[in-house]
Amino acid sequence: MPIIMIMYYILSICLIGMLFFNFIKEKESKTDILLYLIVAIPFILRVLRIK
Amino acid sequence: MTSIQRTKIIMLSIVAIITIIAGIQLYQHRHYQIPIVAGPGVTEVGKLSDYHEGIKGTMADTNVFFLEGKEEGGTMLVIANTHANEIVAGLTGFMLVENAVIEKGRVIVIPQYNNSGSRNTRSGDGYPLFFDIETTWGSKTFRMGNRGASPLDQWPDPLVYVHYPDHQLMSYIDIRNTNRTWPGRPDGPLMEQVCYAAMELIRKENIDAVIDLHGAETMFPVTNCIVAHDRSMRIATMASLTVKAKEGFDNHVEPSPSGFRGLSHREVGDFSEAMPFLLEAPLPFLDQPTGPKTMDLLLVGKDPFLLSLSKKGMLFVPYDEEGWPIRNRAGQHTSVILEIMNQMAKQYPEKEIIATGIPKYKEVVDNGIGYYLTDPSSVDSSRIYYE
Repeated sequence: MPIIMIMYYILSICLIGMLFFNFIKEKESKTDILLYLIVAIPFILRVLRIK
Repeated sequence: MTSIQRTKIIMLSIVAIITIIAGIQLYQHRHYQIPIVAGPGVTEVGKLSDYHEGIKGTMADTNVFFLEGKEEGGTMLVIANTHANEIVAGLTGFMLVENAVIEKGRVIVIPQYNNSGSRNTRSGDGYPLFFDIETTWGSKTFRMGNRGASPLDQWPDPLVYVHYPDHQLMSYIDIRNTNRTWPGRPDGPLMEQVCYAAMELIRKENIDAVIDLHGAETMFPVTNCIVAHDRSMRIATMASLTVKAKEGFDNHVEPSPSGFRGLSHREVGDFSEAMPFLLEAPLPFLDQPTGPKTMDLLLVGKDPFLLSLSKKGMLFVPYDEEGWPIRNRAGQHTSVILEIMNQMAKQYPEKEIIATGIPKYKEVVDNGIGYYLTDPSSVDSSRIYYE
């Protein structure tokens, strides 16, 4: 696997972490809570090498 | 538990369920293996990586079937599923491998040229993951792939794809399109390496003619045609005229543009001695202004919007209430392949290829594609390969 692909996966994991951090921290907006989860889906599928 | 915590748990559960269901389906699609029976004419089976080590062990590697006759003659390479969403190509490749017997000359078939692309999908466009072809022994399931290779196998895409070796600027996405990455290079991105491996095969096996099978939109002018390089033009023209006269279907000829790089019908001709042909059959499923992207649209090709456009003269193929059944499209491909062999033998007698077992247009239309697919359970396991 080329180094840039590995960096991309590391970046994806960081983004998933940030999205879940915001998901946990969010106290008011239900829309934002849902959006954090939806945005995380493609990154999760990518890190798991599914899509 | 507060109200917001309850909401978070509900949302997390719903999203997790959706992700797991989608993930399982996508995983199964990527790893589903389609059995292909090496028919009575197959004399040897190799891998594309035999011609370039760089793709060995990757999802880009694919099976290469050799069908060799007893007498020496010409050699033809048939490439299918360059674009794995153009399913008629792959089905024709399967029919050739499972039925063709070569009496003179040699035919080499790669039924799943862009193997990575065949394990990719375009869920946003409503692509089905699988489709079934009815046969006399039950239905056979095929993967529906995508136009480009999976990003899991080749990533990242550049902002602009700079074609090698011409430096023509192309859409970023075409770097994963194996009909833009010809002639390829050994140390380029994975799809350039696939094309390089195919070029090595063409050069080392002394291929005389290369046929690249495709399907195209009915609203796209380059459809229902043979795209021919300058050196292939005469044979393509004669093949087009002959199938029209003898078999009654249109298949006009389009010249390969010299200024549009990376395509098989241009680069194979420019970088090898082989004569390239690219066959396009109509594929209404790929058109944009259609109704739902259903299985019926994929296999039968009936669509009220296309019918309406046809009546206004906005399609480039004849289109009526019957649609464009997949059997008609596959039959066109097999008949044109046979006619190209025939015309090649007339112009170059030393390159004659005599093939039996390949059904012609009318036979495929009458019997359906499934009739020409072999039941894997009826043959010895040593004759079964997986695509």
